[in-house]
Amino acid sequence: MDFDLNEEQRLLKESIDGLLTDSYDFESRKKYVKEKGGWSRTVWGKLAEQGLLGLPFAEADGGFGGGGVETMIVMEALGKALVLEPYLATVVIGGGFLRHAGSDGQKAAHVPSIVDGSKTLAFAQLEKNSRYDLFDVTTTAKKRGDGWVIDGEKFVVLNGENADTLIVTARTRGERRDKSGIGVFLVPANAKGVAKKSYPTQDGLHAADITFTGVEIGADAVLGNPDDSLALIERVVDEARIALCAEAVGLMDESLKTTVEYIKTRKQFGVAIGSFQSLQHRASDMFVATEQARSMSMFATMAADFEDAKERSNAVAAAKVQIGKSLKFVGQQAIQLHGGIGMTMEAKIGHYFKRLTMIENSFGDTDYHQRRVADGAGLI
Amino acid sequence: MDLAFTKEEQAFREEVRSFFRDNVPPDTRRKLVEGRHLSKDEMVTWWRILNKKGWGVSHWPKQYGGTGWTSVQHYIFNEELQSYPAPQPLAFGVSMVGPVIYTFGNEEQKKRYLPRIANVDDWWCQGFSEPGSGSDLASLKTKAERKGDKWIINGQKTWTTLAQHADMIFCLCRTDPSAKKQMGISFIVFSMKSKGVTVRPIQTIDGGAEVNEVFFDDVEVPYENLIGEENKGWDYAKFLLGNERTGIARVGVSKERLRRIRDLAGKVESGGKPIIQDAAFRDKLAACEIELKALELTQLRVVADEGKHGKGKPNPASSVLKIKGSEIQQTTTELLMEVIGPFAAPYDVHGDDGSNEAMDWTAQIAPSYFNNRKVSIYGGSNEIQRNIIAKAVLGL
Repeated sequence: MDFDLNEEQRLLKESIDGLLTDSYDFESRKKYVKEKGGWSRTVWGKLAEQGLLGLPFAEADGGFGGGGVETMIVMEALGKALVLEPYLATVVIGGGFLRHAGSDGQKAAHVPSIVDGSKTLAFAQLEKNSRYDLFDVTTTAKKRGDGWVIDGEKFVVLNGENADTLIVTARTRGERRDKSGIGVFLVPANAKGVAKKSYPTQDGLHAADITFTGVEIGADAVLGNPDDSLALIERVVDEARIALCAEAVGLMDESLKTTVEYIKTRKQFGVAIGSFQSLQHRASDMFVATEQARSMSMFATMAADFEDAKERSNAVAAAKVQIGKSLKFVGQQAIQLHGGIGMTMEAKIGHYFKRLTMIENSFGDTDYHQRRVADGAGLI
Repeated sequence: MDLAFTKEEQAFREEVRSFFRDNVPPDTRRKLVEGRHLSKDEMVTWWRILNKKGWGVSHWPKQYGGTGWTSVQHYIFNEELQSYPAPQPLAFGVSMVGPVIYTFGNEEQKKRYLPRIANVDDWWCQGFSEPGSGSDLASLKTKAERKGDKWIINGQKTWTTLAQHADMIFCLCRTDPSAKKQMGISFIVFSMKSKGVTVRPIQTIDGGAEVNEVFFDDVEVPYENLIGEENKGWDYAKFLLGNERTGIARVGVSKERLRRIRDLAGKVESGGKPIIQDAAFRDKLAACEIELKALELTQLRVVADEGKHGKGKPNPASSVLKIKGSEIQQTTTELLMEVIGPFAAPYDVHGDDGSNEAMDWTAQIAPSYFNNRKVSIYGGSNEIQRNIIAKAVLGL
C-alpha cells in the first residue's frame, strides 16, 4: 500500500505544472477561449512536445507507456489550470478506444498523429434520450458490402467541432436498450453525410450536435466487435470518469486555494473576513470535502486495473458520487465566500465553479452513480 | 501508488482475524454487536487475553511491551478489532497515560505503572474536562497545592468516562495560579481510592451512566506522582491528544455497523417486503458506504504517510478523520433507527441475557443513536476540529 508518486511520476508532475504555470494563467486562458474552436494550438503543441499527448500509449505504438496514475497527474494539473484543450476527448477517450480495441492498422493510422498533436478526436455517444445509459443507443450501423452505413444523431460531442475523427457508438442489431448489438466506429469528421452544429458549452469548452445521414465507412472503421462492444465502451467511459475525478480534484484544490486567499485579503468591518469563524468553518468543510474527493480519485485510479469489471465499475461509480458531492459543495461555497465578485465573469472562481458543475453531469451524475452502487452488492 | 496489501500483511490480517475468532468471548461480541454496555469483568477478561497474547499495548515501544508492528499492521489490527467486533483496549491507560509515562515519566514511574496498565491491573480514567472547561480546557481550575512531600488537590472534573470502574486517574491540575493559563498546569496521577475522591454518575440521554462527575476534597497525593516537570502539564496533554489520530476515525466500527444494517434490512419488512428492497433506503445506505470508503482511503493515506515519513509531520488529511469519522458513525445509527422503525420505542424490556433473540437486537438501537451524538462532541468537538483545520492547514 503506497500513495506516494515515484520519481518519474514526480518529474511528470513538475513538468506539466511548470508548463501550465508558464503558459496558462487566467489572462492567457481568456485569449485561448477566443481562438478557433475555443482552444490553443500552441499549447496543444507544447503538450505534444513534452510527450503528454502520447502518455498512455504503449511504447511500441509510439507512446510513453504511462498508466492510470500518470493520467491522474496530468488531469489534476489540467483541472488546476482550467485547461480548455481536448485532452480528455483525444487522449483519454479516443486513446482509450484505440489502446483497448484498436487493430495494428488502426493504431498505426491514428496514434502517431495524436502523439504529435496534429489530430484530435471526439466521442460521439450521447443521444437525445439516452441520458447516462451507455447501452441506450438508437444510432444504427448497417452492414453494406464490406463496410458500414451510419445513421443517427449524437449530442454534446465535446471537441466535436474540431475533431478529425469521431468515435461513434452505434447499434448493429437489436432494440434501443439492448445490451448487446452495440459497436464502436471510427468516422472521419469530413465524411459525406456528417453534419455538425457547434456551440460553446457553459464551462467555456466547445461541443457539437452531430447528425449522421447514410455515412459510409469501410470495414477498417470498426473498433473491436461490432456486435458486442458495450464492455469496451464501459471500460473506456470508466477511464473517462476516473480522469474527470482527477480533473475535479485539481479544480477543487485551486478553488479552495483561491477562496482562502480571497478571504484573507478581503476586508469588511475593518478586518479580513477570513477572521470570522463562520467563514473559517466553511473553508474547513471545503478542505474536508476536497480531501475526501482526492482519496476517492486515487481509489478510482487504482481501481482501473481491477480484473473484475463489476468491481471496477462499482469503485468508479462510488468515486464519481464522492466527487459529485464534494465538487458541488466546494464550488458553491467558493462562490458564496467570494460574495458578489464570485458572481462575475472577471473573477476566475466562477469559471472553476462552472467547469466543476459540468463535470458532475458528465458520464453519470451523483444520483445515477449512487443508484448503481445501491443496486450492487455494496462497497463494504 | 498501489492499493494492495503485501502477502505478509494479508497473512497478518488472517492471523489477527483468527485470533479474534478463537478468543473473543461470544457473549462479549454479541453485546457489542447489539450496542450494549459491557461489564467491567467482561472488558478486563478480554484485555487480559489480549495482553497475554502480547497485543495489549501493541503500539508501545518494544521495551515496554509493544509489538514493533508497522503502521500498516497497526491499521489492520485496529480495523479487524473494530469490525469483528471486540472491545478496544482501554484508551485512558493504553493510548493516553501510558505513552505520557513512557515518554515523560521517570524510571520508577515506568516500572511502577506501565506493566499494570498493560494488564489492566489498574483501570485508568481521565481527569481533564471540568464544568467550566470544555473546549477551553486550559481554563481549568482544579488546584494542586504543594505541602511538603504532598500535593493537596481540590476541585471538580466532569465527563469522566467509566470513572466508576477506575483505580487510577491522570489529572490536569493548576499548580501555578499566577502563570498564564496554559503555563501553570501539571500532570498528576493518583489513586481513585484516595480519601476525598467522590464519584457521582451522570445519567446520559441513552439511559446509561458511562460518564461521571468526580469531586476532589483535600485529596492528599504523594509529590512523586507528578509526571514530568511541574507546570509542563499542558505540553503533555497536547502530546496525549495528538497521539491517537487515526484510530479516531473508527472505520472498522462503522463497517461492522453497515454490515449489520444490510443484514437487518434484509429481514425487517416495510410495505410487505424487506426494507433493503426500498430504493430510497438503499440509496441512503449506499451514500453512507461511499462516505466510509472515502474515509477509509483518507485514513490509509495517513497511515501510509506515517509509515514512510514517521509520525513527526502531521498529514493534513488526518484532520479530516475525526470530523468525517464521527459524522459517519452517527449516520449509521440513524440508518439503524430507520430500519427498526416503530420498534425503536420500547425501553429495554428483555434485558441483555440473550434469551429473546427475536427482539434483543432492537433494544439498544435507540439508545445507541442517542449515545452516538457524543462522538461529534468529545475528543475536541467537530467545531474545534474545524478551527484546527482553519488555523493549521488553511492558515486562516
